[in-house]
Amino acid sequence: MTAVVEIHGLRKTYRSLRGGARPALAGFDMTVAAGQVHGFLGPNGSGKTTTLRTLLGLIAANGGEMRLLGRPVPAALPEVAGQVGAIVESPQFFPNFSARDTLSLLATAGGVPKPRIDAVLELVGLRDRARDRVKTYSLGMKQRLAVASALLKQPKLLILDEPANGLDPAGIREMRDLMRRLVSEGMTVLLSSHILGEVQQICDSVTIISAGRRVAAGPVAEVLAAHGTGEIRVRLEAAADHQTAAGILRDAGATVTVHADHLLVHGVDKPAWVTRTLAARDLYVSELHRAEVDLESVFLELTGTTPVPGQHHQVGLPANSEGAGPVAANVGGTHA
Amino acid sequence: MNLLKAELRRLAKRRITRWMLLLVLLLMPTVALVVASNYVKPGPAAQAQAEAAAAAEFERQQVYIEAEVARCEADQAAGTADEMGWPEDCEEIRAWQSSQEEMVEWFMPPAFEFREDFQPMIKVLTALLCLFGFTIGASFVGAEWRTGGMMNLLLWRPRRLQVLGTKLAALVGVLAGLAVVLGALWTGMFWLVAEFRGITDTMTDGAWQSFGLAGLRGLALVLFAGVLGFALASIGRHTALAMGAAIVAFVVGVAGVGIIGGGMLELPFYERWIWSTYVTAWLDGSVELTDWNAPCTPTPNGDCVSPTLEISWQIAGIGMAVLFAVVLIVAMWQMRQRDVA
Repeated sequence: MTAVVEIHGLRKTYRSLRGGARPALAGFDMTVAAGQVHGFLGPNGSGKTTTLRTLLGLIAANGGEMRLLGRPVPAALPEVAGQVGAIVESPQFFPNFSARDTLSLLATAGGVPKPRIDAVLELVGLRDRARDRVKTYSLGMKQRLAVASALLKQPKLLILDEPANGLDPAGIREMRDLMRRLVSEGMTVLLSSHILGEVQQICDSVTIISAGRRVAAGPVAEVLAAHGTGEIRVRLEAAADHQTAAGILRDAGATVTVHADHLLVHGVDKPAWVTRTLAARDLYVSELHRAEVDLESVFLELTGTTPVPGQHHQVGLPANSEGAGPVAANVGGTHA
Repeated sequence: MNLLKAELRRLAKRRITRWMLLLVLLLMPTVALVVASNYVKPGPAAQAQAEAAAAAEFERQQVYIEAEVARCEADQAAGTADEMGWPEDCEEIRAWQSSQEEMVEWFMPPAFEFREDFQPMIKVLTALLCLFGFTIGASFVGAEWRTGGMMNLLLWRPRRLQVLGTKLAALVGVLAGLAVVLGALWTGMFWLVAEFRGITDTMTDGAWQSFGLAGLRGLALVLFAGVLGFALASIGRHTALAMGAAIVAFVVGVAGVGIIGGGMLELPFYERWIWSTYVTAWLDGSVELTDWNAPCTPTPNGDCVSPTLEISWQIAGIGMAVLFAVVLIVAMWQMRQRDVA
């Protein structure tokens, strides 16, 4: 496996006169393999954007090592910058310039041939609005322009921070298709997103960050499997039998949660055991399946941001760590 | 080279550059026309009109002087001449009469004499271009920071000092080019004013040389203003910081120091604490400050001279160079060290 992004022990602490020291990254690690779409997930304030900015030389790290395309950064950034396209956070452009002007100036600064401008405008669907001023663009159109600017230099690595922000459903699908196509052409995409369904659909691997530390990483399927709950959802013909069934299963050693129209059974290896145990007491299951784990539930579990009724989650703190500092509150350990 | 080309294009494409340039281009002929309207070309008609007016004035003055002589003689006869302040010889009064030729000069309409009257105009253009340079310089980098353009650029060109230095080079190049072209245009305009509403015959090589030196000092001041605006906006990462600093400099650095230093504290040579004194010294070659509050020193010819302090253009130049270096070094250091958040 060739790694295009390697981050080891990255540390960054923001200091201000009023707020004092605020650790944003506390020994963060991440590896992105070439030719993949790699999802980079984390709650607000967890350190995603700080990581990307540090990687791209916009922020100075306090410690740790980073390599981009095999070269140490920030030292070798000028050498690799031409092969890395990036959007960091919300797209920002000079409002009175047109999309064509914006791209043309970047192309001139980067020594990119002019025909490439038309190619990327076509690619992101801005061909017919290319001469309009950026201030007349919707957020989605600005996002498309940002992607166009990142693609302009035909990068080997594309870093996209929330590229679906402001895009309509068709735009999101176009973006997904575009990323797939780029990866099929040999590009590597590092995608930071909050749309976990999208990430699950498109990404080959993920890194999940919480409170400045990696809490999970690896191929999506492996991360999901590693954090599956093993719950079995059981429904009987008559809802009135759910309480009786729950008692039988508990007596047999399972952990059961009773819901209005189903039971959730934990601590059972094989679903057939549930069927057999209940049938032996003349209770017959009408529906039984393993509760599927998705990236969202894994994300919420690992980052400790599952909403709790009556509590308001504070940015930068996992929900179960009220009052704790972001670094001290790291919850998941490392599952690399 | 690519980056410089891109930055020159960016500067030229910016609306504020275009609008400010248009404003300067509109103001230049307006000022020239207003100045021209206050002068008249000396010619036979104007000469005849002046001679007629001078003759009338000469006659009026003659009548008045004859009356004065008569009063003097009357007072002398009465023995009260000394008391009334008349001279010993009443004929001396006739010497008060100006010659008719001299009077013609008085009544000649003002003509724009290029040699004498263009020098202040160089300062007018310098002031206009300083305003232009400061605003363009501040906005060129300030708006880039505010709109995220600088961050986008740094994703392409991560060498920060090279990026800021290239932007500055583009600004200085454009300002210098514009100042030279507009300076030539300005000279041409006032040459025409002098041709049609004045005289150009008195021009000499030395006068042209003097204009050239004044123009060079003006050019340096324009570049200084541009770089100052650029560096201040770069430090604050916002155009408003530079504009705010300029307003504070005017309110506190000129009006405030003048009122407190001169009016309230009556500091000797308080003008030396006002930055505009150094600008004037730079443009004029020197400025002589007078301490009107200090006791004056009597001179043999009966005058009483107050103490003075001269500020030369060299001192002003050193002050400007120090400020230039400090602001630019801080801007570069900030660019290198500060996170791009």
